[in-house]
Amino acid sequence: MTISIRTNRRDFLKYAGAGALVIAAPAISSRPAFAEMAADDPLSFTGEIGGLVVIRPDGRVIIAFPNPEMGQGVDTSLPMLLAEELEVDFDKVETVQLPMELMRRDDGNYGWKYVPQGSGGSDSIRGHWEGLRQAGATARAMLIAAAAERLGVAEDELTARNGAVHHDSTRQSIAYGELASAAAALPAPSEPPALKPKGSFKIIGTPKKVKAAHAIVTGKAVYGIDATLPRMVHAVIARCPYFDGVARSVDDAVARAVDGVIDVVKIRRPAADGPYDVQAEGYAVVATSTWAAIKGRNALKIEWDRGPFADESTARFRRHCEELLEGEGQIVAADGDLDAAFGAADKIYEARYWQPYVSHAPLEPQNCIADVRDDGVTIVGPMQFPSSANRLVADLLGIEDRLSIEVKVTRLGGGFGRRLSSDYAAEAALVSAAVKRPVQVLWTREDDMRHDFYRPAGVHELKASFDASGKMTGWTHRLASASKYYRRPNMPETDYWQAELYTDDFPARLVENRRIEYFSARSGAPRGSWRAPAHTANAFVVQSFLDEVAHARGEDPLELRLRLLGEARELPYEQHGGPTFNPGRLAACLRLAAKRGNYGAKMPKGKGRGIAGHFTFGGYVAQVVDVEVDADGALSVPRVVAAVDIGTVVNPNGVRAQLESGVNDGLSTALRLAIDIADGRVVTGNFDDYEIMRIADAPPVIETHIIDNGEAPAGMGEMGLPPLAPALANAIFQATGKRIRDLPIADQLKA
Amino acid sequence: MARLKVNGTPHEFNGDPRMPMLWWLREEASCKGVKFGCGIAQCGACTVHVDGRAVRSCVMPMAAADGVEVTTIEGLAKGEVLHPVQQAWLEEDVAQCGYCQAGQIMAVVDLLSRISDPTDADIDAALTNICRCGTYFRLRKAVHKAARMMRETRG
Repeated sequence: MTISIRTNRRDFLKYAGAGALVIAAPAISSRPAFAEMAADDPLSFTGEIGGLVVIRPDGRVIIAFPNPEMGQGVDTSLPMLLAEELEVDFDKVETVQLPMELMRRDDGNYGWKYVPQGSGGSDSIRGHWEGLRQAGATARAMLIAAAAERLGVAEDELTARNGAVHHDSTRQSIAYGELASAAAALPAPSEPPALKPKGSFKIIGTPKKVKAAHAIVTGKAVYGIDATLPRMVHAVIARCPYFDGVARSVDDAVARAVDGVIDVVKIRRPAADGPYDVQAEGYAVVATSTWAAIKGRNALKIEWDRGPFADESTARFRRHCEELLEGEGQIVAADGDLDAAFGAADKIYEARYWQPYVSHAPLEPQNCIADVRDDGVTIVGPMQFPSSANRLVADLLGIEDRLSIEVKVTRLGGGFGRRLSSDYAAEAALVSAAVKRPVQVLWTREDDMRHDFYRPAGVHELKASFDASGKMTGWTHRLASASKYYRRPNMPETDYWQAELYTDDFPARLVENRRIEYFSARSGAPRGSWRAPAHTANAFVVQSFLDEVAHARGEDPLELRLRLLGEARELPYEQHGGPTFNPGRLAACLRLAAKRGNYGAKMPKGKGRGIAGHFTFGGYVAQVVDVEVDADGALSVPRVVAAVDIGTVVNPNGVRAQLESGVNDGLSTALRLAIDIADGRVVTGNFDDYEIMRIADAPPVIETHIIDNGEAPAGMGEMGLPPLAPALANAIFQATGKRIRDLPIADQLKA
Repeated sequence: MARLKVNGTPHEFNGDPRMPMLWWLREEASCKGVKFGCGIAQCGACTVHVDGRAVRSCVMPMAAADGVEVTTIEGLAKGEVLHPVQQAWLEEDVAQCGYCQAGQIMAVVDLLSRISDPTDADIDAALTNICRCGTYFRLRKAVHKAARMMRETRG
């Protein structure tokens, strides 16, 4: 049974409008449909919580994390926020994934029942910093109120600590478990309880290990691919490999005869030039097992039309971008008089860089269960934004009441931005609607790699002018790329640049004359958000170019950066991660990384040390990368030293983990990763030709130095990645004299 | 027909002999800790032990399974007592998304059964499982820690 408590003031908490905060007692009720998959997994969601925290009579405290967990550690860090104010022993707290909880507001629109529930943009900590602490404080206040009633004393004589309410003067104490039921029956406090000042944190700022670790190492953690529903069947889909192509002919007779195959269902293509709902036309083979579905798909005979992009290839696309840069693009930011600055310059430097398409390739391929019934829909799967799946399925199936579509998020086997899209949930819903039973759609690795929403490819041109005194007077960044805003709903092409160039990024306002120019390149490849989206490309080109300029001028690359950044002050920053950017904080990270990484020390031949720093979504990270390049051009990275300023740190262990992840992701991607396109289709298909880094190439030493300056907290999921590639390229230049302007590095260092 | 043991329990298999063991383990033997990642023995997420040796079960057909003894991640701990490699994984807090970790752990157990005190070069050569989250830094530390724990246990 759960008891929900309506707060008196609608503006009390963000969630209070829904009557949100719940201290449930005495136990949680089961949700039969989901109970099966979670039966033996204590860490996956096993029942109705109705709110964010459950305190059971036996004292067990269960805190739900609202945002999907994909490895970024929100199953630990978000409950830490609530537990801090609740005053419980965090090591004993159990945490569970909150399923998507929507409500219908009074105005008829849909809103969050409790709190926003999406993982993206490194926003989980930022987004929940106030709200989850308030939730914990409210629960604490209600427990104290219940104890005051029980003991017949005033509330202000009581303190909550370590899972109990204490009346210190009489040495009485009552455990939360004994109070939960009574507390849940009380009205919530009419005023929001005061939050603890930073100096008194006991949990926030202390290193905590991943809550799900035990389930993971024993194989019990439940990912989307592991979920089941009663009567569920399996589907594997043959999708058109050509961008926007369709089938000319389909012969499914042999496929239907495969033992275990139940049906073959056509998935229609998305509207031409319209937003993607599903990504491609496809033929779903539905079977009693995944293996039967795979065999059935292999037996389909389909002749595909090559579609409108049949002549697209990687080389042609790159040429197209280079040609665009010969013309004039869309000026998306302009300061001062760049032409005059270039005209009066003492020296001008210029370089072009190439970034290929890359794939997210989460190790758990896309998959989703849908059960479309007359009375509603159940979606179970790994999703970064479950509400997007809910909306998409409602639109696709013409369902008016979105509350009749429940979405249960499993643990995600990686996300990296791929699971911001819900195309795989849409497919599952369409197939389930056709066969009228629960279906799990599973993508094979080739499906996943050839039907991704790729990180945009493009060519960048950078140019900078200096006057005779050595001052940088002009800066231009011109980019021809395939924007990820392609085919977004209601998105005119004139806005495509917004996803690819963040105009307040360094060196905005740090150089007087500046021009940022965009060229929207034609490509049929679907594209989307890839961890730290445009920051990866832009940090690489800007931080590489600065290094080039410094070397050309005989200046120290670090000194040039510090000179440009200048003093600490707040500059406006309108893109995600703002509202301000403080160049002094980035400079401090660069200085610390340089110091700890011994940047600037003389290096023997074949060794190099590079530095780069970047501001990503509110967080500042600088990295010093060491490289060794042998006579055959074999590259190794023995050490990476990083300095991180993301303001107030919630879980320093998690921050380190994410920094390490960013370093390895950045290195892996820079070393070998590129998606190759030929004849209007993606040819790269699996890990044999998309060579994600293995342990042999991973840096054996990664040092993370955290600057906790008490500023407002930012996230850490993406910040560790952007500086890596340029710091690496800068180190390679020092070691070999070779400047990396094309990614990936691949065989460029080989003789 | 194939007769085999999974985590000590006898099973009979009468299905398609070409079926990769991965799918049989996951969908018929309730071993969902064995993960699908690539299907071509590249990533190692599906690693199990067959007669004590690490095998990528996505490319092992059931036809080859007659008479074998399979250990999956579910069978690694002895009741509530974790294997030292699992314990080291907790102590070094290796996992992020965690999807690859069962396969990583099975590969490491195999490595440590052959080389009790592996060097970094041994680790680089033997461990080719992919971790997309990039937990390699902690993973390497956990391998060394597990090796130490196992040597100390043996005395």
